[in-house]
Amino acid sequence: MEGGSMAALARLQARLSGLREEYYRRNRSIDEDRKIEYKAAVKIQSWFRGCRVRAYLRHLNKMATFIQKWWRGYRSRRYFLKMVEIQKRWRGYYVRKYIHNYYELKKYLETVSMNNEFVRNELQQYTEMKENEEKRKDLEKKEKEKQYQARKMHYLLSTEQIAGIYNSPFRKSPDPMELLLRKSKPLSHKRQQMKSPFTSELYDWPTCRRPPTFSTAEPLPPIGRQKPQGPFRDTAEVLRQRYKPLEPTLRVAASINSPLEKAREEMKMEEWRNRVHDNEFLPFSSYHKNEKYDPSICRSGKYGQETYGIKHFREVQPKKWIAGKDFQTVSPSIVLFEKLGKTYSRTGQIV
Amino acid sequence: MSQRQVLQVFEQYQRARTQFVQAVAELAARPQNIETLQSAGVMSLLRPLLLDVVPTIQQTAALALGRLANYNDDLAEAVVKGDILPQLVCSLSEQNRFYKKAAAFVLRAVGKHSPQLAQAIVQCGALEMLVICLEDFDPGVKEAASWALGYIARHNSELSQAVVDAGAVPLVVLCIQEPEIALKRIAASTLSDISKHSPELAQTVVDAGAIAHLAQMILNPDAKLKRQVLSALSQIAKHSVDLAELVVEAEIFPVVFTCLKDSDEYVKKNGATLIREIAKHTPELSQLIVNTGGVAAVIDCIGSCRGTVRLPGIMMLGYVAAHSENLSMAVIVSKGIPSLCACLTEEHEDHIKAAAAWALGQIGRHTPEHARAVAESNVLPTLLAMYMDIHSSEDLQIKTKKALKNILQKCTYLPALEPLLHDAPPNIMKHIVGQFSKVLPHDSKARRLFVTTGGLKKLQEIQAEPGSLLQEYINTINNCYPEEIVRYYSPGYSEILLERLENYHPVS
Repeated sequence: MEGGSMAALARLQARLSGLREEYYRRNRSIDEDRKIEYKAAVKIQSWFRGCRVRAYLRHLNKMATFIQKWWRGYRSRRYFLKMVEIQKRWRGYYVRKYIHNYYELKKYLETVSMNNEFVRNELQQYTEMKENEEKRKDLEKKEKEKQYQARKMHYLLSTEQIAGIYNSPFRKSPDPMELLLRKSKPLSHKRQQMKSPFTSELYDWPTCRRPPTFSTAEPLPPIGRQKPQGPFRDTAEVLRQRYKPLEPTLRVAASINSPLEKAREEMKMEEWRNRVHDNEFLPFSSYHKNEKYDPSICRSGKYGQETYGIKHFREVQPKKWIAGKDFQTVSPSIVLFEKLGKTYSRTGQIV
Repeated sequence: MSQRQVLQVFEQYQRARTQFVQAVAELAARPQNIETLQSAGVMSLLRPLLLDVVPTIQQTAALALGRLANYNDDLAEAVVKGDILPQLVCSLSEQNRFYKKAAAFVLRAVGKHSPQLAQAIVQCGALEMLVICLEDFDPGVKEAASWALGYIARHNSELSQAVVDAGAVPLVVLCIQEPEIALKRIAASTLSDISKHSPELAQTVVDAGAIAHLAQMILNPDAKLKRQVLSALSQIAKHSVDLAELVVEAEIFPVVFTCLKDSDEYVKKNGATLIREIAKHTPELSQLIVNTGGVAAVIDCIGSCRGTVRLPGIMMLGYVAAHSENLSMAVIVSKGIPSLCACLTEEHEDHIKAAAAWALGQIGRHTPEHARAVAESNVLPTLLAMYMDIHSSEDLQIKTKKALKNILQKCTYLPALEPLLHDAPPNIMKHIVGQFSKVLPHDSKARRLFVTTGGLKKLQEIQAEPGSLLQEYINTINNCYPEEIVRYYSPGYSEILLERLENYHPVS
């Protein structure tokens, strides 16, 4: 078998170079990757360590916060109870004094009942007064009625010879009606005609004091009567002639001075229209002696007299002018005002 | 034919027409003739007479038509259907005052029956004519015109708005200032009818300056005028707080209280209505009324009247007491409870009793003090009886139940609750027993009283479902007493004792 092993050796030697290359190749690739892999491994480990540390820090942070929270809560709870105590006392005081003040309520209710008593008394007095007034009115009415009756039945008064029915001889003193009859004056006939205008039911409006007078056009002539014998004219004609309404002519109807009067009126109207005021002109100064001076609206204002127009006139301020020229006038200006500052000197300066 | 005979024919005809129309007008004044007149076809005969040459006949024909239309609404509809209204309206402007009065009377008579007829009047343009009549010099014409406007505006708010749009309100306010009493009455009633429908209409009336004039007229001695004035003010004040405050600013208090003492019943009623409408809006307004002594005046007013006249006064007390407990205490202090109890017992009408029960409930519901004041006046059994009565109306039953509940929830005055234990139905019993269960555990004297008056015995007889609120209360009360006493009073205890007796064999 040496031949076999020799062949294997030859085979192996043939492969040797290839193997050598392969070996180098593999090492090189590994070497090349080694750095990268090393760096990657380092990165992963560092990141992981960082995570752990961060988790630990977070945990620590939470614990610290928790402890501080608890401690602060404990501190403030102690203050809180004190604070609650103060607020409790203050609120009780305030409510008792202002909102549900028991003594105030008592006083208020006492004043209410006093006020009620007062109002009740007043109303009682008022009703009594009204009742008295009504009674008085009733009595007065009855009195008036009695007096009217006495005046109507004045004939029942007793005379010297015959005693009236109210003055019986068997009585000690005459009846009060007798005395009333003696005092009253008899009614005159005229009064009896004054009837109430509301006899008929047609006119039942309470504000209508007089019945409406329906004016008829003409009085109607009597019908069915026998014509009177004789040379008499017809009744209707006679009545028409007698009651014919007046028809004056124009000349009679108008007044005598009519056109002249009208013209005068017109002139007076014209003058009155054109006048500024109606006060008569009084020529002598004696008429105006005691007249009080009424200042006009401008003078009588509370700000007193304006100094413009009296102490100073319109002044000129060249610095404020926008342009050098004056405005272009459309309507003709007033000549006198154009001369401002130009007649003699420019407001004190020499032109 | 001579001229005289020709003229005589015409004169006869005119006389006949005058007689006819005057006779019809007189007959129409009596109600029993009207059906006969209607069947004789009087409408069609009167209609051409409205256009007659002679003014007398026109006026009397209009008067007769007015009386016919006044009687019932069929005739009024016949007037509308017969196209009479446009004729009336057209001729109103040029005629004299008697014709205007008669025509306004016809419009009033037609407009008062129903909203449809009033709408017909508005549609034929009568409102402008009536407003022109309001500017007339004669007070009778003004009165007739404003009466017609009042009747039209009474029906609903659209018609009222139409009247206001025609510009009537300022003229009516001017009418109020006239010296004639009848005109003032009618103008006040017209303002009342206009402002009762909505706040905007009331605001229009207020803007025309009506409140000041109405407030002045409260002092007028005429009773009918006062009725209308108070009614107008209450219709204005009822809509909102602002309007009520405006009415109060016109310084009607304390003058209004004199109206509560008037001899006329309706003046008292309207005065009480006005005060009620003001009091019901806010606690401040009620406070104002209480401070001026209004509660005493109203209580006296309730005491002096009978019947429906009392109702607004009772409601006013209820509203005042409902706002806050201080006001309720003020009502109690002014001796309001005895008069309310008197109302409850004396009146026969259910709605007045319901109002009195509601008012008592409002007074008693605030704190135990209030409930005690109500209970001490012995009114709770009456309320309970009314609740249980089968003849009471539903409204009365509901109100008494609510009042009882409200009072019982705060009542700790046990002697007043005792009598109720015996008669009450289960839903009220719950509250009564609940109150007992609150008070008894703490008060030994009350416990003793409870036993001696037979309350514990009654309590044991109540059958309550186990687990219900009533059973809990009963248990709480039973726990206040030693077991022997509870067992002694429980029903059927005597049978148990007898049974034990039978089973007992004496040791001999």
